[in-house]
Amino acid sequence: MSVILEVDHVTKRFGGLVAVNNVSFQLYEGEILGLIGPNGAGKTTLFNCINGVYTPEEGRILFKGQDITGLPPYKVVRMGIARTHQVVRPLNELSVLENVVVGACYGRENLSLEEGRRTAEEVLEFVGLADKRNVLAGKLNVAEKKRLEMARALAARPYLLLLDEVLAGLNPTEVARMLHVVRKIREEGVTILMIEHLMHAVMNLSDRIIVLDYGSKIAEGTPKEVANNPKVIEAYLGDPDLALSLVEERT
Amino acid sequence: MMRYVRDPALWLTTLVVLVAGVWPLITRSATTREDMFLILMFVTLASSLNIVLGYTGYVNFGHIVFFGLGGYIGFYLIAEKGWHVIPAALAASLGVVLFAAILGGIILRLRGAYFALATIGVNEAVRSFIVNWDAVGGAVGMEMNFSRYQDYGGPMNALWFAYILLLIVTLASVLLSYFVRTSKFGLGLLAIREDEDAALVLGIPAPKAKTIAFALSAIFPAIVGTLFFFKNGNIEPGDAFRLHMSVEGIVMIMLGGYGTVMGPVVGAATYERLRGFLLTSPLFKNLQLAFAGVLLLLIIIFVPSGVVGWLRNRFPKVRRILA
Repeated sequence: MSVILEVDHVTKRFGGLVAVNNVSFQLYEGEILGLIGPNGAGKTTLFNCINGVYTPEEGRILFKGQDITGLPPYKVVRMGIARTHQVVRPLNELSVLENVVVGACYGRENLSLEEGRRTAEEVLEFVGLADKRNVLAGKLNVAEKKRLEMARALAARPYLLLLDEVLAGLNPTEVARMLHVVRKIREEGVTILMIEHLMHAVMNLSDRIIVLDYGSKIAEGTPKEVANNPKVIEAYLGDPDLALSLVEERT
Repeated sequence: MMRYVRDPALWLTTLVVLVAGVWPLITRSATTREDMFLILMFVTLASSLNIVLGYTGYVNFGHIVFFGLGGYIGFYLIAEKGWHVIPAALAASLGVVLFAAILGGIILRLRGAYFALATIGVNEAVRSFIVNWDAVGGAVGMEMNFSRYQDYGGPMNALWFAYILLLIVTLASVLLSYFVRTSKFGLGLLAIREDEDAALVLGIPAPKAKTIAFALSAIFPAIVGTLFFFKNGNIEPGDAFRLHMSVEGIVMIMLGGYGTVMGPVVGAATYERLRGFLLTSPLFKNLQLAFAGVLLLLIIIFVPSGVVGWLRNRFPKVRRILA
């Protein structure tokens, strides 16, 4: 398996606060890597460093062998990294279709308006929003907005997709539906790095998991290894029995 | 290309401007021409401002600086250097676009109220600069020698000539607005308006796109400035950099519908007629600006999307013809 993304000793500080502390990991092509950790552990900051919203103070980020550290977000998208936001950010006064067309037109393939519209229609079909294409994005409900975020990111035709809590705030039916979409994306060959708080989902989906706590990586491994890691249990899961039960749920 | 030819919205917009604009040429009435000159001038100013304000979402209170600066460059070239009005207007436009591109690169880093404040500052700064620059007449301004109009077959013909040029410029600015609105570039601008940070993450090179939009919005006001002061025969800082004309431009856009092609056209025409009425009515003549302020308030509170925006929301069917 080839490495698609390499995060190499990345540190991001905000004044005196070290939000991401010397984090390193590798992401292999085609895998789903879960990124977990308690609130404020630096997960979203790490995403922001990868896709160029922040420039890390130290360390490098390599994507497909190229150094992308400090590139602005719009250049990172062109290279094939798309992301969704934890707090959805629909372009409210634009229709659902237009939102996705933006993603397609300015994504990796840099499509024309007409090609972008075709891609957008396909993606909307894929995430199950096709019947809402002419609705203003601001009028969607939370679950639909989450799927719109996903659609916009997918329309960029990324090699790597950064998913920031796409399951948060969804009810069980919606979660199941979203998980189905995530699996389908993986089947299409897109590598996924996902932040998720919903334990059973992340344990089920991920090939490997990385755990952050106070900005540092405290564990890495298969879901089972991570769930059994005493450090993780202490920092994050709290209750060892709960951790075990979660792993059993997977098997 | 066929997409544009078949678009009824494009035809409707062009037709409205064309029919209204050609009217004075048919009637040969100087009064109608003067009325129409002001309307077309405001349509151009509002349409171009709309690219920055309506599409990109940056409230520019200094739009009139493009008009004033273009007026000064063009007037100087005509009155002092003996240029013909057409090359003078084009040179003015080029100069002002460069100015906008450089200025935009700097102040478009500011967002929201900070940007708006900066644009007011720019207008005042340029005005002060001109007031203190004797080569362009300082606070007194410049006058054009009457004999200059002989090149165009006398003052009467020069006025008609300026009007025809303005009509062409107005059409061009409305078309520019339309093509920006329907292009991929324009979609990027709308995304910036809605959420600039999300737009960046979606792949829109916002700093570059904003600067281009800002520069595009400067092309035609500069030409209009040249034409207006050419017709006027004199130019002075107070007339060229009137802050309240920027504000009126904003009122026109909000009245017609921001972010639409047709909105600024409708808004400018309506507001200009209204202004004409208020200025000539003995009761309101001193309250014209107060009226504009109240109007802006009412629009923002009750119909924030303006006339055209309201029609588009209320009757989805008209969207096809009303861009």
